[in-house]
Amino acid sequence: MALTANAEALLRVSEVTKTFGGVAAVDGVSFSVRPGESVGLVGPNGAGKTTLFNCVCGQLRPERGTIELNGRSLNGMATFERARLGIGRTYQRVEVFSDMNVRDHLIVSVRARWRQGRLWRDLCNLSKPTADERERVDAVLDLVGLSDRADTSVSALGLGSCRLVELARALIAEPVLLMADEPSSGLDVHETRELGAVLRQVQRDQGMAMILVEHDLEMVAEVVDRTVVMNLGQVVAEGHFDTVMADPIVRSAYLGLHE
Amino acid sequence: MQHLLGFGIPGVPYGCTYALVAVGLVLTYQATGVLNFAYGAQAYLSAFVFTYLVQNQHLPVGVAFVISVVILAPAVGLILDRLLFRKIAPANVIAKLVTGISMLVGIPAVLSVLFTTSNQYNPPSILFDPNVVYFHLVGTPINGIAVTCVVATAVTLIALVVLMRWTNLGLQMRGAVESRRLIELDGVNSGRVVASAWAISGFIAGLAGVLLAPIYGQLQFSDYAALMVAAFAAAAWAVLRSLPVAVLVGILMGITVTVLQGYLPVGSIWSSAALTSLPFVVLVGALLLVPGMRTLGQDKDPLASVDPPPPPIAAAVRAPEFDRVIKILWYVLLVAFSLSMLTWMPKIWENVFNAGLAYSVVFLSITLITGMGGQLSLCQATLAGVGAFTAAQVADRLGANLLVGALVGALVAALVAVVLATASVRLRGLGLALMTIAAALVFDNAIFAQVATIRGQSINVTSSSVGFGILNPNGRAFFVLAMVVLSVCVVLVLRVRNGSIGRFLGAMRGSSTAASGIGVNLTWMHVLVFGLSGAVAGLGGTLLAINQQAVNTQTFSWSFSLVFVVVVVTTGVSTPEGAIQAGFSFVVLQQLLTYVPSRLGGNSLLVILFAFGALTYVAHPEGILEFQKRRWTMRFERLLLRQRTSSTDISGPDAGATAGDGQLARVAADSDPALDR
Repeated sequence: MALTANAEALLRVSEVTKTFGGVAAVDGVSFSVRPGESVGLVGPNGAGKTTLFNCVCGQLRPERGTIELNGRSLNGMATFERARLGIGRTYQRVEVFSDMNVRDHLIVSVRARWRQGRLWRDLCNLSKPTADERERVDAVLDLVGLSDRADTSVSALGLGSCRLVELARALIAEPVLLMADEPSSGLDVHETRELGAVLRQVQRDQGMAMILVEHDLEMVAEVVDRTVVMNLGQVVAEGHFDTVMADPIVRSAYLGLHE
Repeated sequence: MQHLLGFGIPGVPYGCTYALVAVGLVLTYQATGVLNFAYGAQAYLSAFVFTYLVQNQHLPVGVAFVISVVILAPAVGLILDRLLFRKIAPANVIAKLVTGISMLVGIPAVLSVLFTTSNQYNPPSILFDPNVVYFHLVGTPINGIAVTCVVATAVTLIALVVLMRWTNLGLQMRGAVESRRLIELDGVNSGRVVASAWAISGFIAGLAGVLLAPIYGQLQFSDYAALMVAAFAAAAWAVLRSLPVAVLVGILMGITVTVLQGYLPVGSIWSSAALTSLPFVVLVGALLLVPGMRTLGQDKDPLASVDPPPPPIAAAVRAPEFDRVIKILWYVLLVAFSLSMLTWMPKIWENVFNAGLAYSVVFLSITLITGMGGQLSLCQATLAGVGAFTAAQVADRLGANLLVGALVGALVAALVAVVLATASVRLRGLGLALMTIAAALVFDNAIFAQVATIRGQSINVTSSSVGFGILNPNGRAFFVLAMVVLSVCVVLVLRVRNGSIGRFLGAMRGSSTAASGIGVNLTWMHVLVFGLSGAVAGLGGTLLAINQQAVNTQTFSWSFSLVFVVVVVTTGVSTPEGAIQAGFSFVVLQQLLTYVPSRLGGNSLLVILFAFGALTYVAHPEGILEFQKRRWTMRFERLLLRQRTSSTDISGPDAGATAGDGQLARVAADSDPALDR
């Protein structure tokens, strides 16, 4: 029961299938995300949420189906090219650059997004962070609450802070679509609530679309406009959070509750 | 057909040894996640001791076999496990490779020091008499060597299959490759499992060693290095997983070599170059065509996140004021060194330091590719050779100055590196290391031999070909040239490191997944860092040739590529100063060892020093010198902090508080208590 793709969709995923050794991790999934919309992607472990994320980001190539961003097909496009189109992402297992400090994470992200890294500029010593870059970095760090740790190496940070670094790294690239994969994992209740508020705020301020994979349903309910539920590689329900969670199929498949 | 079989059957004994070593490599990798580069050296060690005991100590073959293969070979495997590989974090592929390479170059060097007068001719066969033809197969006489190889291989393989398929230990070994720590959570003593795998693979290495020895008639390490490459190729086709595929490819390679030897015209370029390159071509084929090799060595350990992050380099933890002092000291040292070189330096040490400058340039290429790119290239001496040979050929053919040739050489070396990077674009870690060593061996066997002479003469660098008085006996002009080249290279490397490309490379090192996820083009970065590294190595190669006044294949052989890596990681691979320290320590130690009686080993001692120095990479991936610098930096700063604290106590709580104090306090607080031990 996939949502019918509509004309103004920012991201359109159509009949995407990805198998691993004969097992369909994602099986004919279709859904779309409108510009500025916040979509929660939920489901039990092994439902195929992260695999779908990887297919959208280009880290996995689906066997079937098409993925479009702003009407442009992403099929065959490398991960870095998709990132430069404005797909930002955080990861289920934290992926930070271990020998960099927090500030450098953001600078490298800005330069990669807008292709500002040039060998000749490096050789001519023209690659120092500009005032504009520093300003933007400070603003994003302030937003996620990492200003006091800007010059700290990420290897000295805890898991929760690393997740914030990942988020800041994605946000500074001003993505048109932010894909957050279990961002609250490793955070305490207070931090999770703050993160939810940050996500909601940046999504509204920057007008970006967001797909949120999250097991903390309270956070999902607070942040997203619409919820898509996956189970065993397929979309089993979608709509408003409360409606979806009341769906007997979802209660049966996701929550393990039987009517 | 009879011809084909006649040519092919003699290849079976070679194939058996390839298969055995390939099986040993697969077994070690399966149980420990280590692609053991030291395997060829382990095989050589057993063969060496076996031959020594029989030929020099006149022990019976059976007794010598028990000592060298049944006792010594597994013991060496256990020692490697206990003292080295067990201490390396599962995800640290480069540390595993460097440790293996250190042993590969270190073990033969130790043997040459310990057994200087040993007779290594006519190694005996362990089972059947080599001089007896036991039967004929399709008209081909089968002697004792062939029968011994086939019987020993068959028995070993059957025993291994039984072990791996039908025993509890075999099951645990297969579990250990995924995560040693994870099977421990299931109550398995992973240390015992891994130790068993090392002992068994050590035994197989020893067996392959003594089987191979009588085939060649004389024991030489180069044969074991070639054996190892052939075994790498067989193991690569098996994706370091399938024992039957490894055996099959190993035996097929042995047969193919002798078939080609039979059909190719003797003395032709095909028989001399293509034939010796066959294992490398097979290896490259596996790396490019077998998908599993692309992800080889990538971390699969679910518990890898419990490993601590790598330690920072000294410069990163220094307080700004101390950093300024260190920089000033460096400049003072540089000026004093330059003035000394231009005025009073004795001729002998002038030559040594000039060579050190040339090596430093070559070693900078390793800083680029390993320190900044996070990749291990085992062909940096080859790229240096490409630069030097190109420079010499260009200078000769176009009548140009060798310095102009050096620029062309750097460009060609960069192009070769780019081609290599493009061919290996999907490879990382282990796969890339194998690819680069294969390339180095192909250049050694097939290309350098063709360009190492001009009009039939070996290539000498003369004053007229260089000009500017650079080859004057006092060597000062060369010093100026080398200093200029090194300074320019260091500045460029530092600018790249501190610029956008350096940040992209840092991101790639930290997490290639996240780097591509933010828009870093990993392919371009891979090609770019290889190209830059090739250019620097090529430039350094020509500088080295000018310093040595000759361009020859020995200086740029594949074994030097391994030694260079070992030397640079010993001193510090992360920084340009590490490369310079490597260059100077390499030549200064070489010079100091000339004062040591030659019976104590000469240059072998140098290799041993660096090989065992590189083993410290396990504990200190930043390099032992870099570790010591960090240690002393922290001690000094803590001392400074203590003095300031006491002076603050005297003059009041707020007196003397500066921004630097905060840094010092942070350093003191962050310092590793282990450093004080």
